[in-house]
Amino acid sequence: MVERRPLLQAAAHLVLILGVLIVAFPVWLAIVASTHPQEAFQTGLIPVWPGSHAVENYSAMLGQGLSNLGAPPLGGMLWNSLVMALVIACGKIAISITSAFAIVYFRFRFRMLAFWCIFITLMLPVEVRILPTFKVAADLRMLNSYAGLTIPLIASATATFLFRQVFLTIPDELMEAARIDGAGPMRFFTDILIPLSRTNIAALFVILFIYGWNQYLWPLLITTDEGYYTIVAGIKRMAEAVDAIPVWNYVMAAAVLAMLPPVAVVILMQRVFVKGLIETEK
Amino acid sequence: MATIALQDLGKTYAGGAPAVSGVSLDIADGEFVVLVGPSGCGKSTLLRMIAGLETITTGQVRIGSRVVNDLEPAERDIAMVFQNYALYPHMTVRQNLAYGLKNRRMAGAEIDRRVAEAAAILEIAPYLDRKPRQLSGGQRQRVAMGRAIVREPAAFLFDEPLSNLDAKLRVTMRGEIRQLQRRLGTTSVYVTHDQVEAMTLADRLVVLNKGRVEQIGAPLEVYRQPATVFVAGFIGAPAMNLLNAAREGGAVVLGGQALAVAAPPGAGPVVLGLRAEDLHPASPGTPGALDLAVTHVEELGAQRLVHGHVAGQPLVAAVTADLALADRLALGLNPRAAHLFDATSGRRLA
Repeated sequence: MVERRPLLQAAAHLVLILGVLIVAFPVWLAIVASTHPQEAFQTGLIPVWPGSHAVENYSAMLGQGLSNLGAPPLGGMLWNSLVMALVIACGKIAISITSAFAIVYFRFRFRMLAFWCIFITLMLPVEVRILPTFKVAADLRMLNSYAGLTIPLIASATATFLFRQVFLTIPDELMEAARIDGAGPMRFFTDILIPLSRTNIAALFVILFIYGWNQYLWPLLITTDEGYYTIVAGIKRMAEAVDAIPVWNYVMAAAVLAMLPPVAVVILMQRVFVKGLIETEK
Repeated sequence: MATIALQDLGKTYAGGAPAVSGVSLDIADGEFVVLVGPSGCGKSTLLRMIAGLETITTGQVRIGSRVVNDLEPAERDIAMVFQNYALYPHMTVRQNLAYGLKNRRMAGAEIDRRVAEAAAILEIAPYLDRKPRQLSGGQRQRVAMGRAIVREPAAFLFDEPLSNLDAKLRVTMRGEIRQLQRRLGTTSVYVTHDQVEAMTLADRLVVLNKGRVEQIGAPLEVYRQPATVFVAGFIGAPAMNLLNAAREGGAVVLGGQALAVAAPPGAGPVVLGLRAEDLHPASPGTPGALDLAVTHVEELGAQRLVHGHVAGQPLVAAVTADLALADRLALGLNPRAAHLFDATSGRRLA
């Protein structure tokens, strides 16, 4: 937009500021709530300004957890979530970049069939196939393990499709030049394709890390052992106190802590992330 | 350094018409051969078959003493320069040049020596640590050639390497490629659709049409003695005038008028080829002169091209710029400059 009309600009700013407020207000409430003592919530009103119990709440959550509500100390759950998110993100990228490589650069029988089979699984997210997937995971003795938390979520049609599109924009001449330069398929893959899709890999990593971190239903099903609880599922367990008053100050402290790693990933990788989504020049 | 021999080479795509058929060609060591033809004539396919980027349906390609039909491109000891340069965008110029050598497990010192040498020849030494996107088109083209030079291959293959450059740079680079090839003495095959490029670069021209060879010969030979109507119309600018005529009793007859052109004995329709520059103004009424009905004139500075019709067929004549023009122009022709082709086969008569 190159138009410069003051009224238009004011309106645009108004819309944007409203948007930010709508998104940011609940986050503000969560942060505020995590700094009050438990009694502050018994009036039924949520405080809007920060209180004085921040240190106690956070140290309690990180130190002891809420064992009576099925929540071990947060450190362990944060670690489980981190492992799960990292393995899912890296695994998805590794598998989908190699399958896209196979589909784009090799002529084999049933190539298009393979592509469409992968593509069709887009219609079958975890939630749709959750019962059979649970059955398979249980039969393979993957309940209560990192393998169970991650492997069933690793295959990714979306990422395969994205890498396929990236590879299709890379000119054939580059592949031919590499062939003449004596690079075999795997060397072409590691020396040319991967460096050229670096920004796409980074962008995808951000998206997939958050996807993995936010997994809720699957960890809830597959883990019954405290040692494998993830933070997102853990928050749910804490808030769902039976026959007790929900300890909102602690729950909110956990929620704020759970927000930090994805926020850190986004902030650290923001530049490559945006570049990877908009870059067209190859 | 090597010879390249093509023997009855053919390529048919699955479920398609033949893209190349029956091409036989012997390229001498150090020779610069240009494959030229309109788009879709199979010239690029032919080059890619030599490179090993296309499979060969029939026939044989030999580079040096080896039959290379079943060898990978990297094993054929050739280097190729692509139309869009095909530089690796994430590597510096130095890495681009060294990549092929590294893959061949050459010693680091030798790689450095060759890269430095190629950079000096092509005057790209100041850019060695830049990425391709920081270079201009001409510089990228040089790097692409550098990548071919460092390999010190048996042959260079060029696939329309100048078509992405602007007109002026194209002329400069054309001269440089020719000089470089002379200096290195490397056998080269060059593909282009630009007949001027083809004429200026080639030791020998191969004119292709619809996947077949129309004529092979030195540029001047092809220009002076085109073997077919197609070659006659393709080589030379402006294109040769091709007129439908007939031969009767040893003379060529055009629009009921006998021309001063000797024809081999026989009768029937012929195609008469006349280059614009072989036509010259004559005084009206000269026997055997062509009577041109002028339609328009193109000024080229040194000369002008007069467009018009003779006996209802289009014709272009090149005349000096100071000639006063009227609606009609009488044109004399040098009988030895006339080309006669059989009207059905398109082949040259005598």
